[in-house]
Amino acid sequence: MSETSTVQGSRWLLLHAAVVFAFLYLPIAVLIIYSFNGAGVGGFPPRDLTLNWYRTLLADGAIWESVGNSLLVALAAVGIALALGIPAALALDRAQFPGKAFFRRLVLLPLILPGIITGLSLLMLFHTAQIKLSLLTIVLGHGTALISVATTEVFAGLQKLDRAQEEASLDLGANYIQTFWRVTLPNLKLSIIGAALLILTLSMDEIAVSFFLIGRENTLPLEIWARLRRGITPEINAISTIIFVFSLVAIVLWYRLRARAQGAPEIAAELVETAFQGD
Amino acid sequence: MFSRAYRTAVTLPPLIWVTVFLLVPYLSMLCYSFWSVSASQTIVHSWNFDNYRQLVTIPVYWQTLLRSMWIAARVTLFSLLLGYPLAYFLSFHAGTRKDLYYQLVIIPLWVSYLVRAYAWKTILGSDGVLNALLQYVHLTQHPLDFLLYSPFAVVLTLTHIYTPFTFLPIYASLEHIPQNLVEASHDLGASTFQTFWRVIFPLSVPGVLAGATFAFVLSLGDFLAPLLLGGPSGIMISNIVVSLFGAAYNWPLGAAISLSMLVLVVGLLFVSERLEKRNGASHE
Repeated sequence: MSETSTVQGSRWLLLHAAVVFAFLYLPIAVLIIYSFNGAGVGGFPPRDLTLNWYRTLLADGAIWESVGNSLLVALAAVGIALALGIPAALALDRAQFPGKAFFRRLVLLPLILPGIITGLSLLMLFHTAQIKLSLLTIVLGHGTALISVATTEVFAGLQKLDRAQEEASLDLGANYIQTFWRVTLPNLKLSIIGAALLILTLSMDEIAVSFFLIGRENTLPLEIWARLRRGITPEINAISTIIFVFSLVAIVLWYRLRARAQGAPEIAAELVETAFQGD
Repeated sequence: MFSRAYRTAVTLPPLIWVTVFLLVPYLSMLCYSFWSVSASQTIVHSWNFDNYRQLVTIPVYWQTLLRSMWIAARVTLFSLLLGYPLAYFLSFHAGTRKDLYYQLVIIPLWVSYLVRAYAWKTILGSDGVLNALLQYVHLTQHPLDFLLYSPFAVVLTLTHIYTPFTFLPIYASLEHIPQNLVEASHDLGASTFQTFWRVIFPLSVPGVLAGATFAFVLSLGDFLAPLLLGGPSGIMISNIVVSLFGAAYNWPLGAAISLSMLVLVVGLLFVSERLEKRNGASHE
């Protein structure tokens, strides 16, 4: 093929990329623009730019309460997922036990399974055990589903870990617990922080599992959902815009941190890839 | 180098937790699916296949399941059509901007799924942004009301949500292709298209399979986009499950449908993994 047709091919690809990016960003742009639209959501062009919706939002106790609940749930989910995901990754890396392949698949399953199945199966468990639905049941749901993320990330970190360091520590007389705290864990620091951030955002955004495990107190996505059923309000645009800006800042900070420590960030790709790898 | 105690200490806690909170729930779903609901709305623990029989014999169930699979198939196809060329572009033509573009694909994932579905609703509605725009530029006189509350709206929204998920594994597989393979192909006189079709594409098949499975499985089980944007003609199988666990109060039938979905999904994962392995093996 001649040079010109290659250039042309690359032009079509560039055009295609521009179209895909437009498609990906259109709703986000609309969301943000209409959070400043005095006439509410809808209509064109946007007019009467205003901060009124943000003022209404600030005074809206129910939303902020749900934001607090979501943060609480997400932090607890991070705790559970890490407390079990780190040992699970160590077990997959270092231990042999009957049913290991099955265990691995079971842990990773919620990552690829539609949330409704995870949510409903837990609902049946809690119903049978007569546990009342509350934020706690959501925490258990998120924590369990997101062990997959912690395991994947930490396992990837363990693959890159130089075992000689741990061996040296053990040879020099440190016991397993000391070696774990002083050698293994510090080496996994980036994987763990990465996993924690990912779990935090996934939990904050989670709705399919929470939908079935919700008690009387709402998380933010469920509060938004409840309002959507009543009708569209620009307050939802406003809170979404604020959260988007916060996530952007968090991502930029995280990539700075990670880029300083190692090369190109591939965290999300790693996750999707590992979810599909067999043994 | 790791003692038995160490291995037990790291294995046992996650094993127990996963058994209690994943395995037992799936098993209780299995049990429920063989039970029934009495006339007085209590769950009867008598074992039978009635729920599965209803699933096969009552048209609304299997028709909705088929429609959901059809919606999921379209979402998968469109996500691949959008995601693959984009991944190819990033991998081979983006040069130094590669990382920036990569971030640009990822960023929409940080906007809540629900919020993006809601944003599409505000765009597609009959007094939404798109209709107002069309009337503003005098392309239409009246709002088009077929945009929202249709399978089209559901497919569009789910495609928007799953395109980055399809992109990621494809991009990863393209990035793993050794540059010298591509160069060798060019040196041996293959055109850009031949190189793509005979060298690059076969090596990216595992990524395509992973991305396609992700898009298909997750959109198959979705119930929020259909509720928000689907209208009566966009109902999917999970919506039926939701109503069976809610107002319709028939947990056992709902469990039977969920379990069928679970089996379908695990089966798909199995097939896609097999295909990936076979594909990987044939290139070694």
